[in-house]
Amino acid sequence: MNSEILGVVITFLVTVLLAYPLGKYIAKVFKGERTLTDFMNPVEKFFFRVCGINPHETMNWKQFLKAMLTINMLWLVYAFFLLIFQHKLPLNPDGNPGQTPDLAFNTAISFLVNCNLQHYSGESGLTYFTQLFVITFLQFVSAATGIAALVAVFNGLKEKTTQNLGNFWVIFTKSITRVLLPLCIIAAIFLAFNGSPTSYDGKDNLVTLQGDSVQVSRGPAAGMIAIKHLGTNGGGWFGANSAHPLENPNYFTNMLEMVIQVLIPIALIFALGFYINRRKLSKVIFGVMTIGLLCLLIPTIISEINGSPAIEKLGVLQSTGAMEGKEVRFGPAASGYWSIVTTIISTGSVNSMHDSSMPMSGMMQLLGMMINAFYGGCGVGILNYLIYLIIAVFIAGLMVGRTPEFMGHKVEAREVKIAALVMLLSAFLVKTFTALAAYMVAHHPDIAWQVKPGAWLNNPSYHGFSEMLYEFTSSNANNGSGFEGLGDNNIFWNVTTGIVLILARFLPIIGPVAIIGLLAKKKFVPESPGTLRTDSWTFGMMTFAVIVVFNALSFFPALALGPLAEYFSMY
Amino acid sequence: MKKNLLISLKLTLVMIVLCAVLYPLLIAGIGKATPGGGKGETVSVNGKIVGYEKIGQKFTDDKYFWGRPSAVDYNAAGSAGSNKGPSNPDYLQTVKDRIDSFLVHNPGIKKEEIPAEMVTASGSGLDPDISPAGAYIQVKRIAAVRNLPEEKIKALVEGHIQKPLAGILGPLKVNVLKLNIALDTQK
Repeated sequence: MNSEILGVVITFLVTVLLAYPLGKYIAKVFKGERTLTDFMNPVEKFFFRVCGINPHETMNWKQFLKAMLTINMLWLVYAFFLLIFQHKLPLNPDGNPGQTPDLAFNTAISFLVNCNLQHYSGESGLTYFTQLFVITFLQFVSAATGIAALVAVFNGLKEKTTQNLGNFWVIFTKSITRVLLPLCIIAAIFLAFNGSPTSYDGKDNLVTLQGDSVQVSRGPAAGMIAIKHLGTNGGGWFGANSAHPLENPNYFTNMLEMVIQVLIPIALIFALGFYINRRKLSKVIFGVMTIGLLCLLIPTIISEINGSPAIEKLGVLQSTGAMEGKEVRFGPAASGYWSIVTTIISTGSVNSMHDSSMPMSGMMQLLGMMINAFYGGCGVGILNYLIYLIIAVFIAGLMVGRTPEFMGHKVEAREVKIAALVMLLSAFLVKTFTALAAYMVAHHPDIAWQVKPGAWLNNPSYHGFSEMLYEFTSSNANNGSGFEGLGDNNIFWNVTTGIVLILARFLPIIGPVAIIGLLAKKKFVPESPGTLRTDSWTFGMMTFAVIVVFNALSFFPALALGPLAEYFSMY
Repeated sequence: MKKNLLISLKLTLVMIVLCAVLYPLLIAGIGKATPGGGKGETVSVNGKIVGYEKIGQKFTDDKYFWGRPSAVDYNAAGSAGSNKGPSNPDYLQTVKDRIDSFLVHNPGIKKEEIPAEMVTASGSGLDPDISPAGAYIQVKRIAAVRNLPEEKIKALVEGHIQKPLAGILGPLKVNVLKLNIALDTQK
């Protein structure tokens, strides 16, 4: 068992060691300083010329958001139609059918918003064409959108007083050419050499050693597996996601995939410090987030290694921990670690089935998504953290009786209102929609829908409730993992989660960019001895307390009905 | 607005070419140099492909080592786990039935010796591995069915235990398909 714990510790250390220089590099790229990847300069210039982009044009926060939202809406329409008509398009060696409109609506939104909730199974629900032209494409551009929004915030924080948040088109393009694509190529090569398929060949037919005929799904998966993690997207090529032996062939690729999904989120925290020249702030934010990670991670690994008490009662040996839904080559420690990193950042890929996790682990996974700011997704993690931070500044200001300030700008009613609305939105969406689903199951189980609400749940009682809670929490966090026992490919789930996804993506991006845009416009107030220092550890703990108190108040009742109730019924 | 839309259209096309065409083609090209040529590594017996090294397959015959239970019956074109929650009574009954069936097929084995992974479904439904304990516990049955000495089979299992990564990271495992292929060559 010790080799498993060691594997997890090494994975985390490697991640941080790689993230620090990467953060420095990212800061340089967006500051326009010299970097190793300057050979991409002519390529980018060519792109700008072809597209009619003036790279020297500056944008204020409204112009920036308009450009971002326009291109995003275009992708939504593009993805939707491709998914519906995929059976008529090339690169479909397995002859898979087109998606139904409600499923295509859900899938298009889900990948557009960097969530990757999947209400289909990769082997049969997509073609190679849509895997590449919709899924892989959106995995790149949605991650780049998140990074671009964050860099806009960096720009607002860097200058004393400014209207200029940078040029969306330029930042977006560089996020792909300088950050995502080079890293993806490296990761994909490692994956390919460890056994992930890369060729465009369709299913293989063979007869097994015992004499059964089987079909084996394949496809050019390695490249997609790289971006699904580096871009904190998470959607799997195959139905079983990274539990599938071709999507995650061995312990090395498992470590690789665990490292690269957390890499950019942590690197961006360091990039913040380098970019605005406040490394102490970066350190404090990283520290707070890491404490958050450990609070969720340690109970999870312990409960997975100890195994299931219900299986214990059946009298078998649980020396390898709780193994339902897990793979032998990863074991319970690495599976537990993955389940937490994939939920605190917004990846949502899985290497074990979360539906079969122990109740304690399930609760930690839910909490990771509810908080959604311990590292968080590509770019958006820090934006979410910024919301908590603004609220903490406000509360701290009230406590000491001073006008709250952040980075030399007065935080006033308008900014606090935006922050409060964004913060309350998540609790509102998750609880309202879960309540609606629970109501349908309890009171209208026999409505004549294609899938009756009575047949939605794969597990009874508290765990069944957790399945519904998890689905909306995951949608709201733009995470994409699921308690996959839920029968979710039907009109109710496709439409409701689609609505939650799109609201919970764009409002929490618009909110922080607007706040920083508004703050940066204001007159700069130099620091004085009376200034509340946001880069102190005391203030870090204050932010942590805000995160804990807010989420406890918002979500405790829901958790009590699901994983907590299940926990106390089993132990 | 119109300017934004025009730029959006063009930039989208550029990114499609870069991310959905050139990038996968580049990886596919590099993939040709990998051991399986990018198509997945296969395993052959007497020149006939019998499976993929990394994809588990169904073994129900008493003369072979069994892999783990699969929620999709080892359908490699539709991977999935069971998604059964830990407190689900139907699920616990299923596990109980698997234990009983395991005991019937493996006389002389005590319940407390069965590792949990042999009676619980894997995450992918295609888990190619079992733990060393999961292999050792089947030695008695296989020795009896194949009429071979237990020591010999035990040694075979021992030779098929794959060490952790770099010797120190991760669990020990045994690839069931490779073990069974080796088993067929024993006389």
